[in-house]
Amino acid sequence: MHFKARAGQKLADVLLQENLGKAKSKFVGMRAKAIVEVDAFEATREAAKSLRDRALDDLDLWLEHFEQQAARRGAVVLWARDSAEICRLVIDIARRHGVRKVTKSKSMLSEEAGLNLALEAAGIQPVETDLGEYILQINDNEAPSHIIAPVFHKSKEEISALFARTHQRPALTDIQALTREAREVLRPHFLSAEMGISGGNFLVAETGSVALVTNEGNGRMVTTLPKVHVVITGIEKVIPTLEDLSTLMRLLPRSATGQSISNYFSLLTGVRGQQESDGPEHLYFILVDNGRADMVGGEFAEMLRCIRCGACMNHCPVYQAVGGHAYGWVYPGPMGSILTPLFTGLENAIDLPQAATLCNQCGVVCPVKIPLPDLLRKLREKQVERHLRPLTERLALRVWGWVARHPRLYAISTQVAVRYLKWLAHDGDRNDRIRILGMATEWTRGRDFPAPEGKTFREMYAARKGKP
Amino acid sequence: MNSREDILSRVRANLGRTDSNALSGRTALNAYLRARPQGPRPKIDGDPVARFRAKSELLSSTVEEVSAANRVPQAVARYLAAHRLPAQAVCWPALADLPWGPSGIAVAARPATGSDLIGITGCFCALAETGTLMLCSGPDTPAATSLLPETHIAIVPAKRILIGMEEAWNLARSELGEMPRAVNFISGPSRTGDIEQTIVLGAHGPYRVHIVIVRGE
Repeated sequence: MHFKARAGQKLADVLLQENLGKAKSKFVGMRAKAIVEVDAFEATREAAKSLRDRALDDLDLWLEHFEQQAARRGAVVLWARDSAEICRLVIDIARRHGVRKVTKSKSMLSEEAGLNLALEAAGIQPVETDLGEYILQINDNEAPSHIIAPVFHKSKEEISALFARTHQRPALTDIQALTREAREVLRPHFLSAEMGISGGNFLVAETGSVALVTNEGNGRMVTTLPKVHVVITGIEKVIPTLEDLSTLMRLLPRSATGQSISNYFSLLTGVRGQQESDGPEHLYFILVDNGRADMVGGEFAEMLRCIRCGACMNHCPVYQAVGGHAYGWVYPGPMGSILTPLFTGLENAIDLPQAATLCNQCGVVCPVKIPLPDLLRKLREKQVERHLRPLTERLALRVWGWVARHPRLYAISTQVAVRYLKWLAHDGDRNDRIRILGMATEWTRGRDFPAPEGKTFREMYAARKGKP
Repeated sequence: MNSREDILSRVRANLGRTDSNALSGRTALNAYLRARPQGPRPKIDGDPVARFRAKSELLSSTVEEVSAANRVPQAVARYLAAHRLPAQAVCWPALADLPWGPSGIAVAARPATGSDLIGITGCFCALAETGTLMLCSGPDTPAATSLLPETHIAIVPAKRILIGMEEAWNLARSELGEMPRAVNFISGPSRTGDIEQTIVLGAHGPYRVHIVIVRGE
């Protein structure tokens, strides 16, 4: 199913529309307040863009430096080409250390790889511990609908019913009590899991560290308590220095949730020291390609700057209307409409580049200044070049192109067309709009088509000049 | 070809990597790592301690000040009593020497377990910019003490309150040589907004963070 069909379903889903309406603009308002605190916010965005580009322009060298530093501190750095390899590596690590249960903090790479199902198939129990991800996991591994607020699409009533069913406890209505219940259910898992899996917000080349940004504290739990910690992250996440990390941290929480700083922000380097009572004895990094290497240095390379804050979807009128599931894969909103075709193939995400109005709200709020509408437009060009648009559209464009190259024919056909459209607009006392346009019924179902004047531009121009 | 080589070779090809530009690239990389330029910094005026206090309170932490380190145990005892919390805590082994005895609270200087309710830590330093604590893990400063208990009490010497993260990294580089296993920046109690974007305190970590600033010395 394509975006268009899914979006139609989502628009007709009364409950979803109610939930989206409730959630709407909370992040937007909070971000607006939070960015005012940083007087140099624009300069900080510019600096973040350039430091991300610095790393990406020499990505091989920064990755090699990261790898050396991480290894020096006792971490093992592994590389994965694709989803299957991520799953294989994680399962190998788990088996090597006799792991039966894995606690996970949020990782979008794990979603890309479908890791939970692979772990279950291998007889290893994965436990999602981010509250939102946990809710999705117990709801039959539902997909997240937002990269930082996975259950953006759910009401507390739905979650309450799900908890009562899963935990066999009386249904609660209060959000605070629901959160407490999840805490009580998950705490024993934190204490008993042999392995923790996390994503990585950034990899710091200078120190060979991973930086993790969380609010709940689950990220700290899964990286502090189990004897094995596996970081799964994309190769594009490397940044040079701790100073660069500081710059990005002024932008990430503000752009994401409108917090001036997230509750927890951890820089993790190497394995537990000999005298230490906590921290993993084994640390693995899985650096993932899954489509990223081919974007390096190319026309979509700017997308690799993305720091996964979610501001683009929070500000997107299309996302706000249809929610994240309509986008069909792991990443929704404008960033998803670009990443999904690039990661999974343009032919598999046929109308995602069209899932945008190109209003540039996303470009305006992006903390690393990714020109998202430009990239969407480029993807649309690729679709045309690769003949991936529908036959009718291709034919229409070909006919138009042929007519446009024949000026006389063009003049006659446009003259006929504007007169026909003006005639169509005749409707009682008003004749400035067309209520139903035969070739674009879908378009005119929600709005009127403005009626033309009845003469073409060239006719009017010629009349003005007083020439025949 | 193994995955590492496959991925890196495609990255290199896309970047037009050659032996000579790899050499100059590495030189530039090392120069950047030595220079470590800072990005634009927000203007932070006034007394860092006052700002740290105000920002911490905005993050839902509570803050009090004492005049010397040996007054901390009494302050902790008063806080626990006022909030009807048990007078039984674990503290960092690094804090074992504070005069806990006379305060009337039973403090064990050992790593925290899942059933400890109160955890007492110090900090490596704190940041005025955002009201953030910076804790470095180590044998005497385990990371779990600030995480597992429902209440986290942090002792912050006023002279360790710095402006921002950049100052903290430099202090860590000069005092520790290299980064500890875990640097944890803590900004208030654990929280979540996952259900209907409604903020709830005490997701998986502490419900309460109480900060005791130590003046003097």
